[in-house]
Amino acid sequence: MRNSTKMIILGAFAVLFCSLYLFQGLNGSFDYALPRRGIKVLAMVLTGVAIAYSTVIFQTITHNRILTPSIMGFDSLYLLLQTVGIFFLGSSHVTIVNKHVNFILSVSAMIVFALLLYQFLFKSGKRPIYFLLLVGIIVGTFFGSISTFLQVLIDPNEFLRVQDKMFASFNNVSGDLVWWALAIIVISMIIGWRSINDLDVLSLGRDTAINLGVSYDKVVKKTLIISSVLIAVSTALVGPITFFGLIVANLSYQFFKTYKHSVLIIGASLMSVFALVGGQWVVERVFTFSTTLSVIINFVGGIYFIYLLLKESRST
Amino acid sequence: MIQVRELTKFYGKKAVVENVSVNIHPGKITSFIGPNGAGKSTLLSMVSRLLDADTGEVLVDKKDVKKMKSNDFSKRVSILKQSNFMNVRLTIRELVSFGRYPYSRGRLNAEDIRIIDQALDYMDLMGMQDSYLEELSGGQRQRAFIAMVIAQDTDYILLDEPLNNLDMKHSVQIMKILRRLVDDLGKTVIIVLHDINFASVYSDRIVALKDGRVVKDGPTDDIINSDSLKEIYDMDIPIKQLSNCRICVYFNS
Repeated sequence: MRNSTKMIILGAFAVLFCSLYLFQGLNGSFDYALPRRGIKVLAMVLTGVAIAYSTVIFQTITHNRILTPSIMGFDSLYLLLQTVGIFFLGSSHVTIVNKHVNFILSVSAMIVFALLLYQFLFKSGKRPIYFLLLVGIIVGTFFGSISTFLQVLIDPNEFLRVQDKMFASFNNVSGDLVWWALAIIVISMIIGWRSINDLDVLSLGRDTAINLGVSYDKVVKKTLIISSVLIAVSTALVGPITFFGLIVANLSYQFFKTYKHSVLIIGASLMSVFALVGGQWVVERVFTFSTTLSVIINFVGGIYFIYLLLKESRST
Repeated sequence: MIQVRELTKFYGKKAVVENVSVNIHPGKITSFIGPNGAGKSTLLSMVSRLLDADTGEVLVDKKDVKKMKSNDFSKRVSILKQSNFMNVRLTIRELVSFGRYPYSRGRLNAEDIRIIDQALDYMDLMGMQDSYLEELSGGQRQRAFIAMVIAQDTDYILLDEPLNNLDMKHSVQIMKILRRLVDDLGKTVIIVLHDINFASVYSDRIVALKDGRVVKDGPTDDIINSDSLKEIYDMDIPIKQLSNCRICVYFNS
């Protein structure tokens, strides 16, 4: 099967599930249900594309296929922010209740954190990218520990509010936020797409990439910043989805068997739309909300991750 | 001409390359030889901007490398390193096509395709162009990478120990190809070699390094003699003339 055929099939599935989600059981409620469903679908498409895109490019610059950008500590920073907010200000404070304020605060905190981290690391001479990852893991663990510490001390009712934030959910995404997220995501992807061919060369390794005239450091920095922005926006929009990028990126590598990032990214994005919208449809209409999508994602993702680990350890 | 001027590189407090100045003559094969840790690969990496020098400068055709655009540089100088680990599955043809990246930025035109075909043909890889790299033997892989460098079509070709892990037959094959690149296509080849006999038989000029400094620099005939080799390697190496080749018999010295 040719890659373009595969892409059309994937696209068809994505569209099918989107329309299924939008129109199934609508009963003519075009004014009320349709816009609400539309916002949800848009949120899922945005998150799916942002996560797929950022994971694929992140894995290319780290030369590693079992990492996701969340290793840099974005998820834990997000949870820390929410926990600290609820702990010190209370769950009725404006920074928690007002979704716009919360969104802006979370996104800017995560982006500032990423920029500081990169600035600090790239300023002090040339360091291998694994150094950056290690610092990310340590900082992430540090954030996670503080969150856990606060969560132990917190009032049990308040803890429930924290717990809400710990799992991704598409059920109460606010309408305006989706448009803001859309703008940020589209802009960063347009900027990123201009150096999409450089990423193909980057997957040949640093030395070969430099030999072929790619400004390695510049492209790596740009890619790190773009993937951080995308992850920050999608996390602030729906919450942390740890394994999701890992699944779709790897499925895309296996399915398309190419080095071309233009194909890999579009493929991974279609897969995530298909999986998120399809999954949410199953959760809502089949399980009638008795579970949440992120639980299913983490379950399936965890199994797939173990499979990947076993496969990689066999191949080396 | 590539001019290396007072290049120095420190790792921690130790200077691995210290105050090295060398001129690379165009249209010749220049071999870098010397004991382990002499700084040969580091020097090559700095010339090819894979590594930043601490002090000193490299001029390619009288232009400062640091002031050249990355893409322009890659149309003049190419480098092939020892290990070429990759995370992706590529066919030989796809790899060689990457050699055109400095010109095409990923969009190949008819001219690029013609040059890729030529490079494949030159390295005798046409018949297996759709094989995947990981299915190849060491010698075939090395040939595929050299084909990529040929497709890159640079005046200067830098190779860091291209004979590593190759048997005699493939080593000779690679060296003959490099010789042809210089003689037929007028390329300039700079190569890091461990086996001084390959350096003796195939190169026009030799630069010998030791402890980060240049100890000898000149035409091959001036370097391959017992006195010079003693200075470079601290070994007494007799030289035997065998049908136009000067062979260093270092095995039992």
